[in-house]
Amino acid sequence: MSVTTEQVESRVVETLASFGPDASQITRSATFEELDIDSLDLVELAQVVEEDYGVVLKGEDMKELKTVGDAIDLIVERAG
Amino acid sequence: MPEPRTNGCALVTGASRGIGAAIARAIAQDGWAVGVNFRSDATAADAVVQSIEADGGRAVALQGDVTDPTSPDRLFELLESTYGCPVLVLINNAGVSADDLTPSMSDEAWSVVIDTDLTAAFRFTRRALKPMMRARSGRIVNVSSVVGLRANPGQANYAAAKAGLIAFTRTAAVEVARRGITINAVAPGWIDTDMTADVSQDLLAQVPARRAGTPDEVAACVRFLASDQAGYVTGAVLSVDGGLAA
Repeated sequence: MSVTTEQVESRVVETLASFGPDASQITRSATFEELDIDSLDLVELAQVVEEDYGVVLKGEDMKELKTVGDAIDLIVERAG
Repeated sequence: MPEPRTNGCALVTGASRGIGAAIARAIAQDGWAVGVNFRSDATAADAVVQSIEADGGRAVALQGDVTDPTSPDRLFELLESTYGCPVLVLINNAGVSADDLTPSMSDEAWSVVIDTDLTAAFRFTRRALKPMMRARSGRIVNVSSVVGLRANPGQANYAAAKAGLIAFTRTAAVEVARRGITINAVAPGWIDTDMTADVSQDLLAQVPARRAGTPDEVAACVRFLASDQAGYVTGAVLSVDGGLAA
């Protein structure tokens, strides 16, 4: 299955927005810290990604992620 | 019987008899469709399902050994497909005891109790939390024991598992509290069931209420903790023991 970066980006932004931050703040360079996205939110994001793209992201993968762009790139890389 | 709930269903492990059967019947009275999990006694589980249906509720018997690591996925998927909704109430009730004094306790007696009473509850909770997090709603109740709170010679394995279940309850509850999910424990004392049939009547003297409790008395507490009204109760341990741990 191949997915485009745009598809992943839109799904990630939509999911992160459901956790609280305004969608306009969710840019590639925004950090999860700035967005007040915590570890539990990232666990839920990983769950969405697994359901939608079949990409399994483990806790240690998520710990490395600092920005929204990091997450998008990792998902696209694994899905490809 | 209230309106059937269609947004979610309930799973009670170890529900063919005793406290679990009473919990399944009680939860069904709040409109939940209930998965009545059992390991070996299909006849007893069917009887629980029939009694729920006779009262106008919905239930299905689900065979599965809780210590099998594949059981959580299999049972949740069965229940989700049967009722077309996620499991929003999980009662970790399945438990065994294998009593012995510590100096003579076998590895097997230790392991079977830890696996069944503690590890299985972790695995079922982990599976349940995924859809509950997405739904921003969920109720998990772990059936611990007074033995997790105070000593009972001959039950070091059971005590370790049940105390572990309480610590697990508190920590997991805090982790997911902001998702609208509550995780609580009940700590039954001496309850009249098959499991306590061999308990010496002398112990009754230690119970301030001077009587054994009934499975229905435990089930009523679980039903409350699983209810909408209990939304602000999480990480709590409710003793149901006639004052034994007080």
